[in-house]
Parts: sequence; structure tokens; C-alpha cells
Amino acid sequence: MATFTVNGESRTFDGDPGTPLLWYLRDEAGLTGTKYGCGQGVCGACTIHLDGVAVRACMTTIEMAEGKSVTTIEGLSADGEHAVQKAWRQLSVPQCGFCQAGQIMQAASLLSKNNAPSDDEIVEEMSGNLCRCGCYQRIHAAVRLAAGGV
Amino acid sequence: MLHYLEKEARKLEHRSTRAIIENVSRRKFLGGALAASGFVLAVSVPNAEALEPLKPYPTGGEGMPHGYGKASDPHVYVSIANDGAVTIVTHRAEMGTGIRTSLPMVVADEMEADWSRVSVVQAPGDEPLYGNQDTDGSRSMRHFIQPMRECGAAMRQMLETAAAAKWGVDVSLCRAKAHHVVLLDEAKKETGPKLGYGELSEAAMALPVPPRESLLFKTPEEFTLMRKGETKIVDLRDITVGKAVYGADVRLPGMKFAVIARPPVLGGKIKSFDATEAKKIPGVESVFEIEGVYDVPRKFGQLGGVAVVANSTYAAILARDALEIEWDDGPNASYDSVPFFKEMSKTASEPGKVIRNQGDFDAAWNGAKSTFTGEYHMQHLVQAPMEPLVCVARIEGGKAEVWAPVQSPYGARQDIAAALKLPIEDVTVHVTLLGGGFGRKSKWDYMVEAALISQKLEGKPVLLQWTRDDDTRHSFYHTASVERIDMAFDEAGKVTGFRHRTVAPSILSTFAPDSGYQFNIEYGMGFVNTPFDVPNIRCENGKAMAHTRIGWYRSVSNIPRLFAVQSAVCEAAHQLGKDPKDFLLELIGPDRKLDPKALGFPEDFWNYGDPYEEFPIDTARLKNVVRIAAEKAGWGKELPKGQGLGIAAHIAWGTAVATVVHAEVTDDGTITVPHAVTALDCGFYVNPERIRSQIEGAAVMGMSHALYSGITFKNGAVEQSNFSDFSIATMRNFPRQVDVHIVEPKAGQHATGIGEPGLPPFAPALANAVFAATGKRLRNLPMGEKVA
Ligand code: FES
Ligand code: FES
Repeated sequence: MATFTVNGESRTFDGDPGTPLLWYLRDEAGLTGTKYGCGQGVCGACTIHLDGVAVRACMTTIEMAEGKSVTTIEGLSADGEHAVQKAWRQLSVPQCGFCQAGQIMQAASLLSKNNAPSDDEIVEEMSGNLCRCGCYQRIHAAVRLAAGGV
Repeated sequence: MLHYLEKEARKLEHRSTRAIIENVSRRKFLGGALAASGFVLAVSVPNAEALEPLKPYPTGGEGMPHGYGKASDPHVYVSIANDGAVTIVTHRAEMGTGIRTSLPMVVADEMEADWSRVSVVQAPGDEPLYGNQDTDGSRSMRHFIQPMRECGAAMRQMLETAAAAKWGVDVSLCRAKAHHVVLLDEAKKETGPKLGYGELSEAAMALPVPPRESLLFKTPEEFTLMRKGETKIVDLRDITVGKAVYGADVRLPGMKFAVIARPPVLGGKIKSFDATEAKKIPGVESVFEIEGVYDVPRKFGQLGGVAVVANSTYAAILARDALEIEWDDGPNASYDSVPFFKEMSKTASEPGKVIRNQGDFDAAWNGAKSTFTGEYHMQHLVQAPMEPLVCVARIEGGKAEVWAPVQSPYGARQDIAAALKLPIEDVTVHVTLLGGGFGRKSKWDYMVEAALISQKLEGKPVLLQWTRDDDTRHSFYHTASVERIDMAFDEAGKVTGFRHRTVAPSILSTFAPDSGYQFNIEYGMGFVNTPFDVPNIRCENGKAMAHTRIGWYRSVSNIPRLFAVQSAVCEAAHQLGKDPKDFLLELIGPDRKLDPKALGFPEDFWNYGDPYEEFPIDTARLKNVVRIAAEKAGWGKELPKGQGLGIAAHIAWGTAVATVVHAEVTDDGTITVPHAVTALDCGFYVNPERIRSQIEGAAVMGMSHALYSGITFKNGAVEQSNFSDFSIATMRNFPRQVDVHIVEPKAGQHATGIGEPGLPPFAPALANAVFAATGKRLRNLPMGEKVA
């Protein structure tokens, strides 16, 4: 039995400890904001925070979450007004929106450890989050905008 | 797209063009009659100073299945609650273009609704009611701008009439403005009392819809939402907080999760399978065979295979990995991309079936002072929307309900009804948000699969998830092609002859017995309609058989065609010592609307499904965007070593687009794009903010297929499986700044397409820029990230 928190609530799971958090969150906990895009850690759509740091939920098992706190897009802020979320809306970043929960979680993690990232640091940190619609120009600008407000 | 294809396929079988001709003349008659009556009745209607009658014009929308339905009827599309909350139906699928916002914006603007009090509701698949719902072919705005404006104008006039009745005054004294109707004084000033839309709702909705001829429309100066560029997409907040509902986010009580193991080769069948190990995985509930559609043409028939049902997606995936399946691959196992391209290249070197013939190309070629030949290759592509295919299905009390991210919900509904042997009234298709579509989600094989699985489970709700690997390996692929361009020049360096040969498996093979030749829809995309002022032009199609499912991908055949044509133009300019942009303008020639007959276009020339007289190929508009893009990008400026500009332009889906790419090749040979400029003329436009986002996105997608993406086959199976080997552009290397210039429309210019036309120019503009930067010519897509 594994014990951890999800968005501040304590949870236990007694199924297969090798279950990726992605499927636990979506199919067990009913938190569907975290998206499945590739299942191999190569697209970033499933990005969540484990103890405040961005990880790929498809590559992070229940076992790895033991005793840790998991944050999903639903729990990033109580009111949806995290600086990154606001910047995303201000610049109308999303097109289809499917990758955006992962992008936002990645950006929030970046800004929590570096509140004035350079252009190159943004590229470095965000380049594992694919966007098939091609919103990169606005994602990059929104991270900079949010940096001013974090 | 699909319905066109089905229709065209049938037409080809019957070798008859009669239907098209009849259709066109009927449209002309309708347009004329309505246009005339509109002017007559306009005189007695209120607020004429700020309003105008519209001259209705025919589009291809009328000929689509179920046409406009009841889209111009506010009783169908609009509801107003007593508190004034307005709800507008949105019937097209949202896959990232913003259409779920932009079409309701049109209605809201025309009816003078306050956007902050408007919400939208997604229509289920019901074309007889809502009109055609095939969200592809860059058609939503092009075909529905008129019915949506009519719907809004009718609603406005019904509200004004209701207010007039309440006040007991003439309707000419009532003006709808900002969610109210205000009583005018004799000087037509807005000094009187107001009634809110909520107060008027019941009386207004009880009125009949005013006849189309009596409708008056806002002039652009009066628009409050259209053309403004400040309206946020309706799903923006939900997307940023994780509440937006995509296909896999639908949850039903007792829902099971399923995946399918499908044959690796198209047409493959199960020889035998062993599920012993799979059934040992905890959570697995059942494993069974799903019949495929094996008869050709398969259309959107499911591939068949072995379905695994479990209590979580993860268990289903694990169990599928544990299945032992022996496949009988069938004849398509011979498909191998390397020899196939060799064969296509050989075919392109020989005469093909003549599709367009103007003048005498052979004479021009034989009498040429000099010539140019270029051959351009492009690998298959998979649409790879970020959201893999997924569908939820349930059958209860003999009625099926299905939820899916789908571009064509009504077509899906028809086929699901047939597959389940249910009358169509007993099938409901709900449309979720689409995490991208790009053409893949107009093919509903995944929805039929989900419905069949639920049926096997006695109607239990089931979510069928395609993994990324499934999505990559079992698509309807963009075709693989060889395009060859030959040009003849005279003494003065004028182009006297232009020949374009295309060799590529056809989309038609999905819908009709494969002849190896393409058909008029494919010919209409950047092949027979190249707008060059050259006396001798010949377009030929060489035979290539399909060995996988060929389908459409955003921009379809325009991608390889424009890559070939615009690369060749730049190459020829270099050979002749001319500036590529000037040479392009010279080739386009004088301002004119092309005359398809005089230029030897085929009889059944396909103009994106629209009547040619209304949506002609206008070279003045094309040259205008070429000039704007060149000027804004600083064409001709001195650039440091290793940098260069390239240009490409076309007219597609009625829209003229020109793109200039600024490439910088770094010391290690990496191709980068610090800047790109696109100028476009899409006529009457609505939502400039979403037009810009479409073009920014097109640049990234263009960079993807220019440098990285390709699907190849070996022994009949796709060699790629995920984003690890089907690569797309990432933030590490993408067009860093994309500027978009939208040409202001002139009165009477129709709305044209946006979703697709921005994509094709990027790759040739980039190849031309790389040439300008390095002198290296890259003729095969994907070109690779590095210049060797
Ligand atoms: S789904 Fe986890 S990285 Fe793609
Ligand atoms: S917004 Fe569609 S994938 Fe990023």
C-alpha cells in the first residue's frame, strides 16, 4: 500500500505499485486534467509536480510517489490564478489546448526555482513539452510574462 | 472532405459530370433571385444607415451533405433565458482553430449580444438540423459565415419586432444595441427606454423568422466582435485549469477501458492468438477478436484485431503487450518505402496521364534555349494530433451513445448505426473538444471500434484508447510523393514551357478500387491550378498504387506540390540569374482572374468545392501578398554569412498566402529560423487573433515536416512508433518569431479558408532560404535538421 498526497489530500493505493501516476490520476482518482500523449516520457503532456518539481506522470510510478506530494493542473492554484495560468490566458496561448496542462506545469516548476529565466533557459526547460499545434512562440512569451509576476 | 470524396468517387465510376453542371446552374439561379429581392425589401427596414442588405452568394456549402441545415434559424441556434443569458449553438468541431468561438461570435455580433453574457453549446452530430458538420477542408467560416450572419440578423430583427409590439410603436423606432432594444425618438436618437434581451426573449422567440430577403446586416464599422481580435476563446479558462473535456476525459459509471492490438500490415488478419498471459494481468476482464473490414475499398472500416478490456487503461495496455498473436500479413507486406520511391522516381521520368494541357509543351521544350529539371520527394506523414484517438461508447435500452473528439460527427453516426444495425435516430454522437485533428479525426474507424466493443460487452460503457503507437502505426497517411518539374526558357530567359508531373498513391484508393491515378480533388490542390503566365503548360499524373490507407492531412496535396513548384521557381531564378521574388512575380504575370477553360484546366476542375465565379484565382491578390511579405521581411537586405531569405506563395481554399522565411544555418550546419513573415488575404475575416495563431502554428508544423517528420514502411509495416522516431519541432528549434499580416478585405470579398492554406508555403520558403544561406539545395522532405 502506497501513501502520498494529491493536491493536498492524502491518498492511498493498494494496486500494482508499478502503475504510472498518469493512469492512477486519470482512471482511479478521476483527475483528467493530466493528459496522455505518448506514454514514453517524450511529449510532456502528462507533466505534474512531485514535491514541487516537474516530472512526467507516465514515467513516474506509484512506488516513486510514496510519501511525496503530487500536484496536478487541478491543484496548481486554488482559484486558477497562478501567474503562469494568468499569463497563458493573457497571451491566448492555447490552440487545441491538449498539451497545455503539461506546458503550464512545466513552466510553473521552472519559475519556482528560477524566477528570471533567460531565453535559453526557457528553451532548455520547455523543450521536452511538445505542442503539435505549434504554440511555442506564445508559450515562450508567456513564460517570460509570468516570470515578471512570480 | 470525405463526403466530397465519396461523391467524386461515385462520379468517376459513372464518368459523368452532369451533376456538377446542374448543381452550378441551380446555384447561379438561386443567388441571382435572392440578390435582387434583397435590395427591394431593404428600403422599409430600420436603422438603414448602419445596416446593409447582403448580396447572398453561392458557396460549396450548399452542395455538402445537408448543406446549411437550419443554421440560419435562431430557433435552432440561439436561446435567450429570462435573465438575458444567451446560448449559441456551435456545430463545428473545435480542434484548435478557434471555430467554436469564431462562429458564435458572428451570431452574437449580428444580434448585438453582449459577449460576456454569451455561452456556447456544442451540437451533437445532427446535420439535418445544424447543417454540414465535416470540420475539415478549411470550410467552417467559408461556408457558414452567411447562415451565421443571417441567424444573428434574424434574431436581432425578431427582438426589435417584439419590443415594438410591447411599446406599441413602429419597428423602425426600435434599435437593438448591446443586449437591449432601445426606443428611438423622432430624430432616430437613442433617448427612449430600453428593454433587455431577457425581457424580450419569449415574445421574440414566438415570432417567425423574417424572410431572408428582409434581413439587414451590420456594416464593418458597426462590428463589435468581428475583426476586433480581442475575443478570448471560450475554452481558455477551462484549458488552463485542467477542466476542458477531451475524448478520454468522459467518465461514465461502470466504464471499462479497452485497447486493441491491430494488424501491423494493412489488410492483415489474425492467424491465431493466445491470451493466457494477458488474462493473468490484474484488472483484465475480457479479451476477444474484433472483425475488420477486409473488402476493398475499406473506406473508414475498422482494421480488426484483438480487443482487451480491463478496469484501467494501464491494465489494458499491459495485457495487450502480453498477447501472443500470429498475423497473416497479406499482400501489402511487400510495401517498402525505399524501392517504392525508386519506382515512383522512374515513373516521374516517363510521360504520364495528361491532366492539364495548355499550348504545346513539347514544342517549347524542343525549341528551348535552356531548360531546368527538378525532382522533389516527400515521405508519408501521420497527422499525430497531440490527443491520440479515443472514444467512449455505451448501448442502453437499444440506444447507442458515443462521445468522441471527432471532426465529422454525423458521418460517424451513420456508420455506427450501420455497424450496430440500429436506426440512426437511436444513435447519438457527442462531440468533445479535440486535442488536435489535422484530418485524422474525420476518419471514424476508432468510433466504430468502440461501439463494437461496447456491443460485445452487452452495452457496457467502454473507453477505447489508442496509444501513441497505435496512432502512429494505423493512420490514414498523407501520401508519399515524387513531384517533377521541367521548365523551358527562351533566349531572353522567359519561361516558355512548364511541366509538372505528380506520382503519388491516391486518397481515392480508400474509397474506390485503386487505379493508381489521382483524382480531381487532388489535382485541384496546387497541381492543375498553378497560376503561372506561361504559354505552354502540361500537368501529368504517373501511376502509383496504394499499399496503406491514404488519407488527408492538413493542406493535403498542396504540401508536396507547393514544395516542388516553389523550390523549382527559386532554382530556375538562380539558373537564370534573377531574383527569386521578382521571378515569382514575373511567372504569376499580369493581374487577372484565371480563365480555367482557356488555360486547359480539366473539365472537372475542383476549386475546393466552391463555384469558380465566386472564388476565382485572382493573381492581383496573390501578387499583393507576395509584395507585402517580401517588404515586411526586408527582402533584398544584406545578411551575414550563413543566413538567407526564401519565399513561397500560393492560393488555396480561396486564400492567397505568401511566406518569407529567414533561415540561419549555424556553424554545425543546424538549420534555424529566427524569423518568418506571412501575409495573407482571406477576404472577409472574423477573428484576427485566431488567424494569427493558426499561422504561427502552421509555421511550426511546416518546420516539422520540412526538417523532421516522415513515415516510412518496411515489409508493409510503419517503421515509426512514437514522437521518439516520428519527430516534430520542439522549442529547441522552431520559427522563433512569426509575423502575420492580414490584408483588409474589400467590400464584397468572400470569407475563405484559414486552417490549411498557411501550411504549405513554409517548407519551400525554408528550402529556398537555406539555399540562399548556403548554396545547398534540399529537394527531399524531410530535409533533416542539418545541412551536410
Ligand atoms: S504522456 Fe507522459 S511524456 Fe508523453
Ligand atoms: S495546443 Fe494543441 S498540442 Fe499544444
